[in-house]
Amino acid sequence: MSDELINLTIDGVPVSVPKGTLVIEAAKQAGVLVPHYCYHPGLPVAGVCRMCLVEIEKQPKLAISCATQAAEGMVVNTQSAAAKSARTGVLEFLLINHPLDCPICDQAGECELQDFTFQEGRAGTRYSPDYPKRFNPVEDFGPDVLYVPNRCILCTRCVRFMEDVAQEPVLNVSERGDRAYIGVHPETRLDHPWAGNVVDLCPVGSLLSKDFLHKARAWELDKTASVCTGCSQGCNVTLDTRENVVVRVRPRPNLEVNRYFICDHGRMNYRWMNRGDRIEAPLVRRGGELHATDWQDAFERVTTMLRGAGPRVVALASPRASTEALFFARELFRGLDWTGAFQVVMGEEASLAGVPDLALRAERAPNGRGAELLGYGRDYAAALAAAESAAVVLVLDEPDIPVRTAGALIYAGTVLPERARDAEVVLPIVNVAEEDGCFVNRDGRVQRYAQAKPAPGMARPGWWVFSELGAALGHGEPVGSAAEAFERVAQAIDALRGLSYEQLGFLGKVAAAPVAV
Amino acid sequence: MGYPHKPHPKETVLLSRYFGEADARTYKGWVKRGGYAALEQARAMEPARVVDIVKESGLRGRGGAGFPTGLKWSFMPKEKKKPHYLCVNADESEPGTFKDREIMRWTPHALLEGTAIAAHAIQAEVAYIYIRGEFTEPLAIMDKALTDARSAGVFGNLKIHLHRGAGAYICGEETALMNSIEGKRGNPRIKPPFPAAAGVFGMPTTINNVETLAAVPHILTKGAAWYKGLSLASPKSTGTKLFSVCGHVQHPANYEVTMGFPLKDLVYELCGGMRPGRTLKACIPGGSSVPILDRAETESCLLDYEGVVERGSMLGSGGVIVFDDSTDMVYQIMRLARFYAHESCAQCTQCREGTAWTTKILERILAGQGKTADLDLLLDLSENMTGKTICVLSDSCAAPVVSGIKKFRSEFEDYIAGRRKPVMVA
Repeated sequence: MSDELINLTIDGVPVSVPKGTLVIEAAKQAGVLVPHYCYHPGLPVAGVCRMCLVEIEKQPKLAISCATQAAEGMVVNTQSAAAKSARTGVLEFLLINHPLDCPICDQAGECELQDFTFQEGRAGTRYSPDYPKRFNPVEDFGPDVLYVPNRCILCTRCVRFMEDVAQEPVLNVSERGDRAYIGVHPETRLDHPWAGNVVDLCPVGSLLSKDFLHKARAWELDKTASVCTGCSQGCNVTLDTRENVVVRVRPRPNLEVNRYFICDHGRMNYRWMNRGDRIEAPLVRRGGELHATDWQDAFERVTTMLRGAGPRVVALASPRASTEALFFARELFRGLDWTGAFQVVMGEEASLAGVPDLALRAERAPNGRGAELLGYGRDYAAALAAAESAAVVLVLDEPDIPVRTAGALIYAGTVLPERARDAEVVLPIVNVAEEDGCFVNRDGRVQRYAQAKPAPGMARPGWWVFSELGAALGHGEPVGSAAEAFERVAQAIDALRGLSYEQLGFLGKVAAAPVAV
Repeated sequence: MGYPHKPHPKETVLLSRYFGEADARTYKGWVKRGGYAALEQARAMEPARVVDIVKESGLRGRGGAGFPTGLKWSFMPKEKKKPHYLCVNADESEPGTFKDREIMRWTPHALLEGTAIAAHAIQAEVAYIYIRGEFTEPLAIMDKALTDARSAGVFGNLKIHLHRGAGAYICGEETALMNSIEGKRGNPRIKPPFPAAAGVFGMPTTINNVETLAAVPHILTKGAAWYKGLSLASPKSTGTKLFSVCGHVQHPANYEVTMGFPLKDLVYELCGGMRPGRTLKACIPGGSSVPILDRAETESCLLDYEGVVERGSMLGSGGVIVFDDSTDMVYQIMRLARFYAHESCAQCTQCREGTAWTTKILERILAGQGKTADLDLLLDLSENMTGKTICVLSDSCAAPVVSGIKKFRSEFEDYIAGRRKPVMVA
């Protein structure tokens, strides 16, 4: 692609696109979605489904818009009688061997074959019921992928993903003609750490996720823009919830981060969001035992504790906490001798070969960079040692707390691990699916996530809890929303200065080079 | 495989002159017959000059499309920045066509010489001869000839590889052939890029048919003007062409005639006409992929690129399939459709599903279960299968169906109406 612009007309709408743009992409700019199956912007062009046929003036034959580059003065007509009838023909051909088992198919409701057939297919089939349909048994392709060959339309997106993006070509087209099906290499399985993407890429219900199998109908799902918490890469995801339960994680396209993909680790990393054993009310220690109370009481206990305590405080934070929560947790101890640290769980790294700078990172810390920007250090052991003699220790949603302290322990978390029962005060906070917030990924990209489901009981976002506490300590007005919370962060932290939720949008922005902390 | 017939006086034997002479297969025997002189002549010329001579001769591709050979060669980059390749399409799989097989069986050096000249013209240092997998005998003969000529040092720096196909019809499509050479599944590629820009291994490539290349030495030794003079009708079709005639004629065989030769004479004189008591019913003039001609069209057709098009078909590969009045056209068309359904590479939807559906409809008609609406359905499906796919396999399935229904509709209707005894097809 170059900077040179090409002017063309699509369905009467003039558009200007960079040289090298495909007609199908140019059409999107004109507000026209040309029906297609094999084309996917994240994969090499195959041009095999022949669904995106359009009429181009001065060209003798219909052209596939996915393999035709926009040219100066081109006049494209996607709705001409010839183009429409050709696409109707393709749909009819695709459906003759398709089982029409939509009522039991997971893809129903988000199926491109359904959608385009509804849009421009024939009302009935001309394929005689006397003719048998192609039949092949369901195959187990890998840890999370099932192949239902009867529904397959052989668009080869999955084959191209494994070959060109994952660069582990274990899938192929086997056989020829109408006997063709997607084959898996006999000596391997579809167990690449990024293999689950073939399920998203499949335009029909042929490749299915075992994890999501028959869990929900597509139209029952609420979709929320979020950021994966699986590692420090910060892939953009969509959380699909059904009746306030997260049932599926899917990639959300972001060309700067994860393009159209997420790894299987991230895809499966959602069950904890639905945990039932949550702390639902603030707890305070009375008579040696924790008792449920209201927020007012809990805040009073904390402020009393902080006012009367010595100057040394230690904060042990989770790198999964929001930037906003981490900020206000720090602000709470303004003027005191504060040490903050976070612990990073390490795992195996797994890169996606065909996309530069995309991998499941060894550091399983979605907001480690954010914590660092706010002054939290990585020396967890030193912080633990410091905690022993500190006056107050705050643990922020870090279930693994081998902390021993002579001082007072404040625990803010989603669940109550055994050691947290030593706390003076337990503050119930929400998890990533239950709040708005932002993470800073390993490349310094600040990315927002949104609330996907309600919080249990009295649990509140971390930023709310700590800003209210700060206000009670006389540190100024509390904030009323995550956006406002972020504004405060942006005012205080040089690297984030000038950023706002509005600016970040849902694709995020790279923070300015962070100042030394 | 047998020996060829004695040439008929009306034939113009150029390529087939030494068919049947075992000695011509040997390197020495070929040199004795004037072989490899044209190569030497070409080597003394600038590559561009060779291209010009072939352009002037009017030689057009004999594989089916009839694209001017010299023009094709001239598409190769003038300034060589990447390795250039030559591919020789010897994957002769078009039903009814068996001319390349005979060229390779009897005059392997003619092909090798043409290959070497073409490689010089397009500045290729490597040539692949892609031979149909079933051609075991031609492969053995080509292999021997290549070894002999190579040890005689006639190819200089040119490397010629024989690559044996594995039996897929689609690998005769030029880009599928290139994928196959690369060790990939033989799927046709989207064009552009055209082979001259990015062909085999992504490098500039020219691909020519066996018969095309076998004609090249003659053009060099006897001159472009002479070759151009070999034309009985349209000046746009020059030289001689081998026609493989099969079907209901007395003497099915390869016949070499000058472009523009009447199809009628080929069938009735050279091939000895129909079997006793039979009359001509139909003819497929250019291999199974082209529209069927009825009797009147056949008898008035001139065999060159323009002449056959004028009669509503195509010269194609020159595989002439002749049907007499005993032929069940519905059955024949079903067999063709079934062939294409079997050979579809499965990439394009229309072809993958359409060829198989077409076959099912035709089989059902033959079984006496057809519906009146089936004929219009076949025509509509054929329309959807024509001009909309990566390669022309889908169009090739549609061509005989459309022309067959148009010209022999009553035979289809007889089956549908129950006037004809059903045929159970296995």
